[in-house]
Amino acid sequence: MSGNEQGARQVNSITEDSAPFQLRAASLTLLTLKLVNPADPDFFPRLATMLSLAPGFYRNAPIVLDLSGTGARPPVDLAEFCARLTELGINPVGIQRANAAWERAAVAAGLPSFPTGRATEAPTASKEPAKAASGGTRIIAEPVRSGRQVYAHKGDLIVIGPVSHGAELLADGHIHVYGALRGRALAGMSGDKTARIFCRVLEAELVAVAGLYMVNEQLEPALLGKPAQIWFDGAAMVQQGL
Amino acid sequence: MAKVIVITSGKGGVGKTTSAAALSAGLALRGHKTVVIDFDVGLRNLDLIMGCERRVVYDFINVINGDAKLHQALIKDKRLENLFVLPTSQTRDKEALTQDGVERVIGDLRQEFDFIICDSPAGIERGAFLAMYYADEAIVVSNPEVSSVRDADRMIGLLASKSRLAEQGTEMPQTLLLTRYDVERVEKGEMLKVEDVQDILAVPLLGIIPECPSVLQASNIGTPVILDEKSNAGRAYAEAVGRMLGDELPVTVPRGAKRGLIDRLLGRSA
Repeated sequence: MSGNEQGARQVNSITEDSAPFQLRAASLTLLTLKLVNPADPDFFPRLATMLSLAPGFYRNAPIVLDLSGTGARPPVDLAEFCARLTELGINPVGIQRANAAWERAAVAAGLPSFPTGRATEAPTASKEPAKAASGGTRIIAEPVRSGRQVYAHKGDLIVIGPVSHGAELLADGHIHVYGALRGRALAGMSGDKTARIFCRVLEAELVAVAGLYMVNEQLEPALLGKPAQIWFDGAAMVQQGL
Repeated sequence: MAKVIVITSGKGGVGKTTSAAALSAGLALRGHKTVVIDFDVGLRNLDLIMGCERRVVYDFINVINGDAKLHQALIKDKRLENLFVLPTSQTRDKEALTQDGVERVIGDLRQEFDFIICDSPAGIERGAFLAMYYADEAIVVSNPEVSSVRDADRMIGLLASKSRLAEQGTEMPQTLLLTRYDVERVEKGEMLKVEDVQDILAVPLLGIIPECPSVLQASNIGTPVILDEKSNAGRAYAEAVGRMLGDELPVTVPRGAKRGLIDRLLGRSA
């Protein structure tokens, strides 16, 4: 499964300020489930096993069905298929990349079609989320070594120490690194676009807020090696010295 | 009280086996009964470096499988009476190692030896995992260069989380051995400085072993380099052994020797 970022564009609202609603484009992070062989009898048992690795992460998650892998296979009964997905606790909310036959089946099942966006590589849910299922801020007071992945569910993540290249920090809230951030930091994992990333020394491989990411080359050269904060201002990613 | 020390790195070719041989010989020279075990099943090198490759009859895997007793596999070093080698199999691979077997062999060795040095293979898979799992302490070996430092960092993280000590909630003492330290390349900026390595790894430094031709010569004749009295690397290993045993010896960073005018004119290095 991979995370998918729907294109972010600020659309001028077409109504006046007194209107009872506002229509705008939003950028959302959604999980996608790429179907390769939905008729495979092993499909649901294997999916159930995978979801059980990080139940908190997947519970009630909205999910888009990526149909690009179905190829020439005839569509399955999508209404029944989606009912089975719902039983496992995930919520199909639409489809993507379908051919004409699958598109028709999806319309019949009441699933809208999402335009394809740029895919960001969402971190694989490792055993880390299962351990830190309780919410609240998580504090790590030792170096985060290369290869380690830390996920602060429903809270902020505070690291007191360096974060090595090849380490990954994830949080539903903000991420603070009181040390050098050399690895990846992904804040606002559940979609909170107000989440921010703070660090003492900015050398990150990748930073992301609610699925919008920047790699090291996109960081301000003037900020590299210095204390910095990174956030999303509604239109674009902002980087500022602290 | 026996101490099990793993020599590990993550990256291959940085000097684990050279260091395991030198440090074990150094501990034996200081009077401690020491055994060094080769965990690199299928790609064994320790027997070559120790010079006992023609005396291997039974090996670590034979002992694990019960085909031989521990004493039939242990090879006594010809130069040092306190030093023993437990070689491994060249025909099998790391799948032949079992956790129970390793636990049992290390348990038996603890009854007789002061120091048990585990020469880990490269990587982070089964062989490296079993080499470090039962250790009391770790010596992480790295060259002052970016790939081995990153791999060492990964290994330090694994030692701190996947070893038995870590599972029991105890911190495993780790030290860093910086090997193949080439002074000229460091001063030119081609290799990392000690401070840069420490900045990333944040582990106490056991010693700095300079790049030295004597290491290759020693492995060619099958003798631990610490036994070569003229070798810079050998002396650095002896100091490292001292620090392992609690001697107060500050680590000095090697500096380039100054070249005189004639040397520079003739292109000679100091």
